[in-house]
Amino acid sequence: MPPFNPVTIARRALAAVVFNTVLALAITAVSGETLAVNMVYSQFIGLLIWGLIDGGRFVLHPSGWPGARAMAGLVIGAVLVAYPLGSAIANALLGRPLLIGLNHFPRATLGFVLMSLSAGGFGAYYFTSRELLARARLAGKEAQRQATEARLKLLESQLEPHMLFNTLANLRALIGTDPERAVAMLDRLNDFLRATLKASRADATAGQHTLADEFARLRDYLELMAVRMGPRLRYTLELPEALSRQRVPPLLLQPLVENCIRHGLEPSVGGGEIRVSARQGAGGLELEVSDTGVGCEAEPAAGFGLSQVRERLATAYPGQARLHWHSAPAAGTRALLTLPLPTP
Amino acid sequence: MNATALIAEDEPLLAQALQAELVRAWPDLRVLKVVGDGDAAVAQALALRPDVLLLDIRMPGQSGLDAAAELAEEWPDDQPFPALVFVTAFDAYAVQAFETQAVDYLLKPVQPERLRLTVQRVQALLAQRRPATGPLDATLEQLRSLMAQPPSQATSLQVIPASVGQSIRMVPLTEVLAFEAADKYVRVLLAQGEVLIRTPLKELMPQLDPAVFWQIHRGTVVRAEAIDNVTRNEAGRLSLKLRARPEAFAVSRLYADRFRAM
Repeated sequence: MPPFNPVTIARRALAAVVFNTVLALAITAVSGETLAVNMVYSQFIGLLIWGLIDGGRFVLHPSGWPGARAMAGLVIGAVLVAYPLGSAIANALLGRPLLIGLNHFPRATLGFVLMSLSAGGFGAYYFTSRELLARARLAGKEAQRQATEARLKLLESQLEPHMLFNTLANLRALIGTDPERAVAMLDRLNDFLRATLKASRADATAGQHTLADEFARLRDYLELMAVRMGPRLRYTLELPEALSRQRVPPLLLQPLVENCIRHGLEPSVGGGEIRVSARQGAGGLELEVSDTGVGCEAEPAAGFGLSQVRERLATAYPGQARLHWHSAPAAGTRALLTLPLPTP
Repeated sequence: MNATALIAEDEPLLAQALQAELVRAWPDLRVLKVVGDGDAAVAQALALRPDVLLLDIRMPGQSGLDAAAELAEEWPDDQPFPALVFVTAFDAYAVQAFETQAVDYLLKPVQPERLRLTVQRVQALLAQRRPATGPLDATLEQLRSLMAQPPSQATSLQVIPASVGQSIRMVPLTEVLAFEAADKYVRVLLAQGEVLIRTPLKELMPQLDPAVFWQIHRGTVVRAEAIDNVTRNEAGRLSLKLRARPEAFAVSRLYADRFRAM
């Protein structure tokens, strides 16, 4: 909700006017003044109170919600300023001495001040709580939308159509020339697709699998790519036995390996080599993905899978995991993940 | 004489399969060579002069589209331009562009029935133009529309930060007369002097207003208002000069249409 939406400001002003009118009617019923006179006092004082509170909260905090304590102080301050100011203006308009109320009817004045205070407090409470509720609802929806989008992006990047259709085209070619290899490739594709769908469904913390699983899925992917790229792709996977039962979010490394293929090796006429390794480092579990492809100058903009890996790390290990990424033209790319995992 | 073909496809199994299917659909066709990257495709096409050129879009070196554009620039005027058939696994934008154009395209996996249709189209095109020479306007038109960048959502460029020695010089776009790709850099030409930037022309183009900056060559974009004159040499090639710059800029035949007198 934009803080300075003229429509919502007008709506709050109108509510203040209606509220002031009701107060004027009530005061007319119990006092000797005419409705017209009470209306003048009520509107001037009431609108000033509303203006000071509604304007003041944005001065105190850009969001319009400075916190409950500040809000209470604001209401009291606004009434203490607006009541004497509003009644003085009304007195001037009606041709009466400016401080007539305070000087001649101190008890009644105190009563009116207290009434204004409760009215201002009620109005402020009513409108800000409504606003806060609406904002909370909006934030909830936004968070949900982001989560859905992240899942969709993961699925989309892992089922990249270019990869899928090229793989199918290779399969089609193999069926005629080398059925045995075609069957092996189909099995790889099967495992890869199943793992991808599973990873896109599971949430990042609950759905962990072992490093051995992770490396098996990377091997599926790299084998599929090796059929496609022939001798242009060479790869090594190094997973020490001691670390194979370590649990990690599924397909955490996949976007990094895919980046190596897509931005490192595919643009290179001669291809290159990809290395994925795991080791126990000083700072925790270290996972490294590197290639000898074309490399690039700076960290690529969003949409390259890196931000996705960072987000997943932040969700699974808040503040405890690091991703270090380095690349240079003609020098390949290296990504190093450090995860806070205990020694098995 | 039998028709000849050149295949450019980086995945070995697919190249092999495409060749086999192609020969089955068109037994008289002679496949001169199969290459695996965009640069080799250009070099071999210029050397072998095939009648048909099958280009994969995503290839190492340069893409099939870029290779086709370079060929259109380098192709000798007295030779018929090859019939282009693009092959792609999935390229939403290109597929969309192809669908409105007559240049044929094939989706991977390539299916025999669809390939036969392509063969018929290419045969019709070759039969029709055998006596004629020179690259066909239609082909250029199609290539032009394929090369056009999809509209970008990026905010348009106002100021270009260019590093000059240790400092960054902020060059207002309004002072730029032309961009010229040079190896790893793009030269940003001003009325006085020039600066170098590392952003490739391809990434720069979508941020430029196409009405203000005209592409005149694969590697050259000039401010339309700054163009002084365009001349044609004996070989029929166009070149243009800017008011405030001494050098001449070659105009690719892909973009020569812009300079027909009104």
